[in-house]
Amino acid sequence: MLVPLKWLKEYVEIDVPVEQLAHSLTMTGTKVEGITKQGEGISNVVVGKICEIHPHPNADKLVVCHVDVGDRKLQIVTGAPNVKEGQLVPVALDGATLPGGHKIKATTLRGVESYGMLCSGQELGLTDEDYPGAEVDGILILQEEYPLGMDIREALGLDDQVLEFEITSNRPDCLSVVGIAREASVALNSPFEPPHIEVKPGVGDVNAEAKVLVQDPDLCPRYCARVVKDVKVGPSPLWMQRRLASAGVRPINNIVDITNYVMLEMGQPMHAFDLDKVAGRTIVVRRARDGEKLVTLDDKERVLNGDMLVIADIEKPIGLAGVMGGANTEITDGTKNILLESALFDRGIVRKTSKALGIRSEASLRFEKGLDIHNAMAALDRAAQLIQELGAGTVVEGVIDVCHGSLENRVLEISWKRVNGLLGINLSADEMADVLRRLEFKVEVKGEYMRIEVPSFRQDIEGVADIAEEVARIYGYNNIPMTLMEGTVTRGRKTGRQKLMDRVKEVLVGTGLYEVVTYSFTSPRVYESIGITDPQLIPKTVKILNPLGEDQSIMRTTLIPSLLEVLSRNRNRGMERCQIFEIGPAFLPKSLPLEDLPEEKPLLTIAEYGPDIDYYDLKGKIEVLLDEFGLLAEAEFVPHVHPTFHPGRTALLKLNGRETGLLGEVHPKVAQNYQLEERILVAELELDVLLNSAKEERKYRPLPKYPAVERDLALVVKKEVLSAQVERCIRELGGQLLEKVELFDVYEGAQIPEGYKSLAYSLSYRASDRTLTDEEINALHDSIVKGLEERLGARLR
Amino acid sequence: MKAELEQIRREAEQVLACVSNLQDLSNFRVEYLGKKGKLTQVLRGMGTLPLEERPKIGQLANEIRAYLEEEIEKRKKVLEEEALSQRLRDEVIDVTMPGRRHYRGKLHPLNIVLNEIKDIFLGMGFEIAEGPEVEWDYYNFEALNIPKNHPARDTQDTFYITENILLRTHTSPTQIRVMERQKPPIKIIVPGRVYRSDAVDATHSPIFHQVEGLVIDKNITMCDLKGVLDVFAKEMFGPQTKTQFRPHHFPFTEPSAEMDVSCTTCGGKGCRVCSYTGWIEILGAGMVHPKVLQYGGIDPEQYSGFAFGMGLDRITNLKYGIDDIRLLFENDIRFLEQF
Repeated sequence: MLVPLKWLKEYVEIDVPVEQLAHSLTMTGTKVEGITKQGEGISNVVVGKICEIHPHPNADKLVVCHVDVGDRKLQIVTGAPNVKEGQLVPVALDGATLPGGHKIKATTLRGVESYGMLCSGQELGLTDEDYPGAEVDGILILQEEYPLGMDIREALGLDDQVLEFEITSNRPDCLSVVGIAREASVALNSPFEPPHIEVKPGVGDVNAEAKVLVQDPDLCPRYCARVVKDVKVGPSPLWMQRRLASAGVRPINNIVDITNYVMLEMGQPMHAFDLDKVAGRTIVVRRARDGEKLVTLDDKERVLNGDMLVIADIEKPIGLAGVMGGANTEITDGTKNILLESALFDRGIVRKTSKALGIRSEASLRFEKGLDIHNAMAALDRAAQLIQELGAGTVVEGVIDVCHGSLENRVLEISWKRVNGLLGINLSADEMADVLRRLEFKVEVKGEYMRIEVPSFRQDIEGVADIAEEVARIYGYNNIPMTLMEGTVTRGRKTGRQKLMDRVKEVLVGTGLYEVVTYSFTSPRVYESIGITDPQLIPKTVKILNPLGEDQSIMRTTLIPSLLEVLSRNRNRGMERCQIFEIGPAFLPKSLPLEDLPEEKPLLTIAEYGPDIDYYDLKGKIEVLLDEFGLLAEAEFVPHVHPTFHPGRTALLKLNGRETGLLGEVHPKVAQNYQLEERILVAELELDVLLNSAKEERKYRPLPKYPAVERDLALVVKKEVLSAQVERCIRELGGQLLEKVELFDVYEGAQIPEGYKSLAYSLSYRASDRTLTDEEINALHDSIVKGLEERLGARLR
Repeated sequence: MKAELEQIRREAEQVLACVSNLQDLSNFRVEYLGKKGKLTQVLRGMGTLPLEERPKIGQLANEIRAYLEEEIEKRKKVLEEEALSQRLRDEVIDVTMPGRRHYRGKLHPLNIVLNEIKDIFLGMGFEIAEGPEVEWDYYNFEALNIPKNHPARDTQDTFYITENILLRTHTSPTQIRVMERQKPPIKIIVPGRVYRSDAVDATHSPIFHQVEGLVIDKNITMCDLKGVLDVFAKEMFGPQTKTQFRPHHFPFTEPSAEMDVSCTTCGGKGCRVCSYTGWIEILGAGMVHPKVLQYGGIDPEQYSGFAFGMGLDRITNLKYGIDDIRLLFENDIRFLEQF
């Protein structure tokens, strides 16, 4: 909402600087977003009269003007094609500044001295809306008489300041100059004077000129109308055009401008119909019929339905109630008789209509927030008054007023102690009543209660909390003391799960991974990008009805594509190493179409590349994580095939037999889809399986008292035999006395037969109660070798 | 024989003075005191001496041995000291050369800041609650006093999944979920991801993060709201931070407020960051609307409370001086490693 300061000052006395006004309004709840000073940057530009024009001796396209600027005459050279003797024009004097910081100096143009510059509208930063003709090619020609030498800002009305307000949806009354003036008067504690509305007696009888039928009274609680005859459609006076333009509304013609002016002034949207085009001279307020069509004022054809309210005549719709008028009854230069509408429409239906058709007008923005039923009549009279004052037509005597709504004000019984209790302050009943009365509430204090009559323009006030806010904002939020809660002591703590989650991140960060945060919606095509082409394997997804684009239209079921994108981006930017993880939910629909909320299953996804990064690096990181939660012994890594991954370098992680996730090298084709040429390692784990299995209890085991004995074991086995199999075998055969088994070398090549590999283990034996003898160890070690031979066909190397 | 021994002592003294390293010292010991050493050789000849001289010579020989042992030890210490000094001189390295790199990752800046926020509120007795990102319209709007066709829905352009299911536009639905399952006193914060149908630019992202707060108990007042949030601001942005509360409107709180903190860049003098106002808006808050308490199954006659909500992304950007929200979601390692 834009409000020119001069306009505001018509209704409220303001004798403080505009910045202080803005601060007072902001701190009482009417937030000022900005202040624009019109004509800022213009100085030393005055009104001048072109007395004589001579050709330039040295240039065809230039002329030499003699300009009277009041106290002297100046010689100024210009190239503008539209100057004529006798015109009044803006003259930038020697030393003048124009918007954008341009400085004007006396100079010599092609040998002729020029003591200033004649200005175009654009050079003064003006558009046609600020001043008619400002956008013409050439000098701005002033259309009215002004004293010569007058500051151009004063002449053009550019000396005002415009306040921009952020009006919250509960305060439609403040979408008006009068409403803001009312707030300003309370904020500054200075007198408020709303416009004095008086309509002079009209001619004839309105009931003989037009009829209004409201067929859906619940959707139109009040419809007020007046008729004006013999209108003279033309431009409105400059002062009105300027005010509208300053408030951000384009001037159109006197009739439309008056309706807009009243809307800005009083907050009540109005509409004018060309009455001669209203069939049967009858206004019908009704629901639209399904499929009915209307061309609105913006020249777009709208297809309507029964959830929309229209203004119609006896044949056809002529406007969308509270949203926009129809082109078929638009005010034109030829309009003779008009019907002025000032009505109250149901908030819900206006909003539905405007949403469904995608039209957000100044009118609909106000109606959907709830307007004052009394203001409809006042605004209609105000418009009639302006028509009379501007001589724009002859107002017909009388008003049509179809009112089904209640004109009674809401009455509340509020305990003033409760208001104090909510705010934590201690105002007396009288102090509180005084604040409310300044806001035009009628208050009677009756013991513990206040009987409060709410003014009709405050539809938002419904109960004690609303009253508390009114009291608080005028009392001053910053005068309310600060305390910390008394009462029951609560324990601030994280849940066990939250603590585990923190530790997961801590461990991952410790292994060199950076945490990333990526979008949780994605493209349905990501499955193809990660190699999942079989429709059977593509998961069911949660789809967004109104996505920003196809690429962000489904909720993700895996984080892998998002992380590959991050790797890709970093690779493209020349990073030789990128190691990342993210924890976030997969959105898994329980059924489609969605009838219940989807499952949000938290995933932990790791992705990395770098000079020393391979499968075993990734697996090592996951082992560190498993170890942190006491799960290393329960973990089983099973070779696995999945279309996203390299078929020979991928494992399924099982914890106590439960599938927990996948880890492995990304399939080269998938990597290629992300413009990645290096080996990419990815793991995706179901975090809940991990957290639910976590073993939190730790018990001390005494440190060994007796020495360990180490023996190496180099085996040759078939290539297909997995090291996990060998290790399991060794452990089974070694029993209690075998303390540790570590693979320290893997070898294939010379001296090893084709199809075989050599695995070298370091075995460590120890007993807790004695020093083992060589004989014992030899026997055990030999039995392990023998067992491996029998079970896995292993040979000693 | 005595003369022989004295001769050995003198000779040994001279030789020992010239021994310049530990190896030579060890050789010296063998040469004089070893099994075939000079002293031992001499003593072998003891058998030829008359019986009464033997103790004297033996004593002298032992004296010389003890003397030489002692001298050797002294010399050894000196030489060891010298050798160590030499080694230390030889082992000088350029300590300014770069260290061997150990890779440690980092948390995302959003979560670094979130952890700080959590710590502040945990310290004030809050718990951390969570709620779903795909949410019922009922929890996201209806139960927060934003019925269908309410204009406040405009300010939160919503992604819908079905007519009744949506991507939550704020963390506030968790307020209702917590009220439904927990009796007062309630003191929670709710961090989480939220969604609004905004086109991406330097200050907007369709996905961002909020931290919600809710306190409900008997006799909770607006003073408590101000007190708690002032403590938060001072903990978060430093003890010199000032707060200011302005009236505002949210459908789910009444009275409602916005809180500004004194500009974190200029301290309140006015600069580009605070648009020369000295203040930066960081959160919305208010007393929980009685209708919202009722929706949560809590009697507004008995209980009152306050709620607040802040943008985590915005606070993170403020804290680190990040000027473009998109950086948070790009995850450039050169960005992530700075925090």
